[in-house]
Amino acid sequence: MTDEIGRNEKPSFQVDKADNVATMLSDAEAGDLILIRGGAAIMRLVALDGISLGHKVAIGEIPNGDFVVKYGVRIGIVTQSVKPGEWVHLHNCRSQVDERSSHLNYLSGAAQDTEYA
Amino acid sequence: MPKHSWSGYLRKDGRKGIRNIILVIYTVECASFVAHQVALGEADVHVIGFPGCYDNAYAIRLMLSLATHPNVGACLAIGLGCEYTQPSRIASVVAESGRPSRWFYIQDSGGTRAGIEEGKAALNALREEMGKMTVSVSMDWSDLTIGAECGGSDGTSGLAGNPVVGKVFDALVDKGGAAIFEEVVEMIGLRDTLISRAATPQVARELDATYRKAERYCKDVRQYSVSPGNFAGGLTTIEEKSMGAFAKSGSRPIQGVLRVAQQPPAHGLWLLDSVPDGHFMQFGYTNPNDTEGIMDLVSAGAQIVLFVTGRGSVIGSAVAPLIKVTGNSVTYERMIEDMDFNASEVLSGIQSIDESASSLMDKIADVCSGSKSKPEALGHREYFLMYKHQNVPSLKSGCHA
Repeated sequence: MTDEIGRNEKPSFQVDKADNVATMLSDAEAGDLILIRGGAAIMRLVALDGISLGHKVAIGEIPNGDFVVKYGVRIGIVTQSVKPGEWVHLHNCRSQVDERSSHLNYLSGAAQDTEYA
Repeated sequence: MPKHSWSGYLRKDGRKGIRNIILVIYTVECASFVAHQVALGEADVHVIGFPGCYDNAYAIRLMLSLATHPNVGACLAIGLGCEYTQPSRIASVVAESGRPSRWFYIQDSGGTRAGIEEGKAALNALREEMGKMTVSVSMDWSDLTIGAECGGSDGTSGLAGNPVVGKVFDALVDKGGAAIFEEVVEMIGLRDTLISRAATPQVARELDATYRKAERYCKDVRQYSVSPGNFAGGLTTIEEKSMGAFAKSGSRPIQGVLRVAQQPPAHGLWLLDSVPDGHFMQFGYTNPNDTEGIMDLVSAGAQIVLFVTGRGSVIGSAVAPLIKVTGNSVTYERMIEDMDFNASEVLSGIQSIDESASSLMDKIADVCSGSKSKPEALGHREYFLMYKHQNVPSLKSGCHA
């Protein structure tokens, strides 16, 4: 395998070798090949969802209730089983401390628990 | 190698500034219109003010620290005449620091028009006095206090923008300067990581207490320091945002904890705690917006503040120039008129983090030498002073070993 970015490959970065997610460095559509650098070895996997720049893709299988690890630390807990190539965000991951963030719109992040009328 | 020295302004109290501004301070919201009209069209005049009629010890400490900031050469305090906060006492403290100062009440001047005229006349007098006593001085990195703040963070902030600022902080500390970071509420989830950076066991205890206070605060107000824009930018939890935000502190040992309006007693890396302490009125949000945090860093004597944004932000700052850094290439291109520095090349592999940090230091030296940062050139002068309560233990007994 080469570490050159192939045409149509979408780059992403794994911060720590212990991480089970990588951060997208460009937008990817479902079906795109994602190139993951920063880990023990260069990895490639197929995106199962559309994933935007700055968002996270699962590198390995994460069983329901397991920790999401990024920067080598536990940044959240998955609320359903996640497959490699899936987008990891508010719809399938919750904070260990901040309960409000689980009630936000998972696409826009907008609060849905405040009344305006 | 970034530029080693530049010319700055020496104040009578020994502090060195990179700008020579006159600061107009209003002491109640009722005086804010006149204060802004006085400053209108005056390139070297910035405005700050406190909206409340009832005075607040925290806000007064904050105003005094800004009025005697190294970048400030003179100060004009404007009151309405009814409020608790006393402009005459602000002017006295400024005069004691060796800076020219004036004050007046708008009620004594005779109203809006007369107040603006009196203010304009006071500015001319202050500018003349300031001109006579301005002393140029050679400055280097050891004379600098730099603050770092992030706002509008996204998934790139923790990978590029903040680590590059962290490298700059390491270099600044190694050159004998002072580096200050804050946003303790964005360290939630990182207690052990934070404490492991303490310079001494005493500092470790301070950091632990500071962390626990922030954690209790977030739990009590049911709000963690993470916004809809952060989530839209790919950050999923406060723990994830915290790890990214903490990267801007670099890797040097933390020398102690400062409270708002306290200056670091020595060089090195310092944590600024802006979280309110327990009080019978329980007022104050901790970081209600980015400008509030920037003001806190400026109050600690930062002559310049590095602001890391992923989503993009269009704020600047009164008193100290803000330098905008982004690790998001799309944001850099889209908001190029507002962005000073593109750290995204670290992510595309074009530059190493060290190379990017070195370019950022060139940019900082340029701004110290008088070049305007992007927000400065656009005329940004945001400020935010609010009611809050903080206990202020003396630095000697409190945190500095």
